[in-house]
Amino acid sequence: MIEVNRQGEVWVFAEQSEGVLNEVSLELLGKGRELADKLSVELASVLGGSDVGGLADELVAYGADKVYVADDKLLAEYQSKSYEKMLCELIGRHKPQIVLYGATVIGRDLAPRVASAMKAGLTADCTDLQIGDYEIGRGKEVHKDLLLQIRPAFGGNIIATIVNYDRWPQMATVREGVMALPGRNGKAKGQVISEKVKISVEDLSLEILERHREQKKVNLKSSRVIVAGGAGVGSKDNFRLIWDLANCLGGAPGASRAAVDLGYIDHDHQVGQTGTTVRPALYIAVGISGAIQHCAGMSESAKIVAINDDPEAPIFGVAHYGIVGDMNEVVPRLIKAIKSKA
Amino acid sequence: MPYDCVVLVKQVPDTSLVTGNAMNDDGTVNRAALPAIFNPEDLNALELALEIRDEYGGRVTVITMGLPKACDILRDSLYRGADRAILVTDRRCAASDTLATSYILSCAVKKLGKYDIVLCGRQAIDGDTAQVGPQAAEKLGLAQITYVEELVELGKGSITVRRSIGSGWEKVKGKLPVLLTVMDTANEPRPAGARRMMQFKKAKSVAEFGKEGATEEQLAELKAKGLLIEQWDLDDLEADLQWCGRDGSPTKVHRIQSVVLTASGHKKVEPTEEGIRGMVHELIEDHTIG
Ligand SMILES: Cc1cc2nc3c(=O)[nH]c(=O)nc-3n(C[C@H](O)[C@H](O)[C@H](O)COP(=O)(O)OP(=O)(O)OC[C@H]3O[C@@H](n4cnc5c(N)ncnc54)[C@H](O)[C@@H]3O)c2cc1C
Ligand SMILES: Nc1ncnc2c1ncn2[C@@H]1O[C@H](COP(=O)(O)O)[C@@H](O)[C@H]1O
Repeated sequence: MIEVNRQGEVWVFAEQSEGVLNEVSLELLGKGRELADKLSVELASVLGGSDVGGLADELVAYGADKVYVADDKLLAEYQSKSYEKMLCELIGRHKPQIVLYGATVIGRDLAPRVASAMKAGLTADCTDLQIGDYEIGRGKEVHKDLLLQIRPAFGGNIIATIVNYDRWPQMATVREGVMALPGRNGKAKGQVISEKVKISVEDLSLEILERHREQKKVNLKSSRVIVAGGAGVGSKDNFRLIWDLANCLGGAPGASRAAVDLGYIDHDHQVGQTGTTVRPALYIAVGISGAIQHCAGMSESAKIVAINDDPEAPIFGVAHYGIVGDMNEVVPRLIKAIKSKA
Repeated sequence: MPYDCVVLVKQVPDTSLVTGNAMNDDGTVNRAALPAIFNPEDLNALELALEIRDEYGGRVTVITMGLPKACDILRDSLYRGADRAILVTDRRCAASDTLATSYILSCAVKKLGKYDIVLCGRQAIDGDTAQVGPQAAEKLGLAQITYVEELVELGKGSITVRRSIGSGWEKVKGKLPVLLTVMDTANEPRPAGARRMMQFKKAKSVAEFGKEGATEEQLAELKAKGLLIEQWDLDDLEADLQWCGRDGSPTKVHRIQSVVLTASGHKKVEPTEEGIRGMVHELIEDHTIG
């Protein structure tokens, strides 16, 4: 753990594999910029790897004032122990006040190890981050300008704001797509600082024997139209209607977690706090109740149509158009109406 | 060669059944209002441990930190084939975040002394944090392999597994001892065995006797039958209290808001052909669809 340090920078862990930056790191730079400006401190990114210096400019173009580059052959492949050591050493050296990670397979493997080694706090899957104050005992003790780590909790009945006021850095993970990708400015200026870290072969405890990458089957994030089905669709067969509606709109099929858990469609299609966050021009929610974890991933869509047979379903609260009815009747009518207009 | 496996298991509220107000006013979970279940992926972790024991020999020990009621999942583990079950329970564990939880669990694993493989579920469904496994690995000074989907090979002091990397997989080899976090896709957990159920139905921990406690005879009887679920508190673990419970938890809940989705005044569309045609017309007019 490090002492509370008000001048500390805001950091974003730059995740790269095979020389390509993960987009979530760039999205975090957008949010990081906002937090750093609010605190009047600098925004920095930490980049580890071997021969990755070239990526530093990209991080600057997306808003980093500084990039700490730990270039080392031993960091060529991500491994929990070696990367944990790198981050802990750099955090100890520069004492940032905030460190953000993408909630990716790597981020979720690494961040808890760093938190444990630093004896610092970590909040997973935040849906928003802000700067604000924390009062204990009606103003007896006030902690100013903390990172407010906001996430839905517990079955979705509540939104919790988590703070970490005494053992820093304040750390959080954020899913891909939750923060908007900032614009790229190729002319931005930033400092690239080369860092030496003490890592030895013993820190590489695993041997990667084989790796097989699959193309992501869907790219929900870039779809203009998403038709999402929930548990209310009723069966995998019936989910065909969701695909049909998506196809006739040139869109992609999405799903609630309940639909994924029921095996109607695979996890790549899940929208929400623990799935993908999307902002399409049109989002059609079919047989989805509208739990907060789902809404966290779609409420910023430009137009939302909700189809649900329960007029009290919370999904209607975020919708622009609400159709109360059985999806088995409504969806075919909708397909027909769209086809006849086209 | 036999292996000693330790499985960390958690009792969780069944969040798929959350309805109404499951929260207390102070922001803590009203656990009493929800059915408590065996965290699903912890069953996959247990199954993997049992498969290892069945093939290579050794022992499977399950540990949980929780209220006395969490003995339900310890008994369930015994029914499914675990050799030893330990309840870590102590008032001073209350309000532990993932960091404090992993510290307490790591003390319990250390107290066991010898172990080759520590297994966790990938994540618990109540918070979905997936933090406790990696944090426990760090505290135990172990290498970790997260998102494990298949055991490929075990032998000569090392383990090879296939793990998910989101879109794709990789095969990795690590030296023992190691900590694994196991995915639901790894296996199909075996059901409780009928004979073992008869055998362990009456297994009980001291804490389950309530305020009055157990008499010496009751304890002696349980012990003689091998039905006394071991119970450790923080003193037994020689845990440093500054890292436990609320004091040991850097993250604090600042504010809890119940979710009120603001009724934004959506447009009601009749589920009829005309109603739907009207809506499609408007969406075309404003260029939402082309
Ligand atoms: C930590 C955590 C993270 C989570 N992350 C996510 C996430 O990322 N994404 C996500 O989606 N969920 C997530 N959830 C789960 C979330 O809380 C809900 O359980 C889930 O979104 C519910 O899915 P659903 O709306 O499809 O199912 P249900 O809540 O069962 O709703 C089904 C709806 O269908 C309607 N219906 C039934 N039949 C018909 C019919 N014939 N025609 C029309 N309507 C019909 C019903 O009225 C009902 O409103 C998470 C939960 C937790 C605890
Ligand atoms: N109180 C606990 N007792 C035992 N194991 C736990 C406990 N909390 C978490 N775990 C283990 O850590 C895993 C991840 O939990 P979480 O970080 O809460 O998602 C679980 O699947 C369990 O294997």
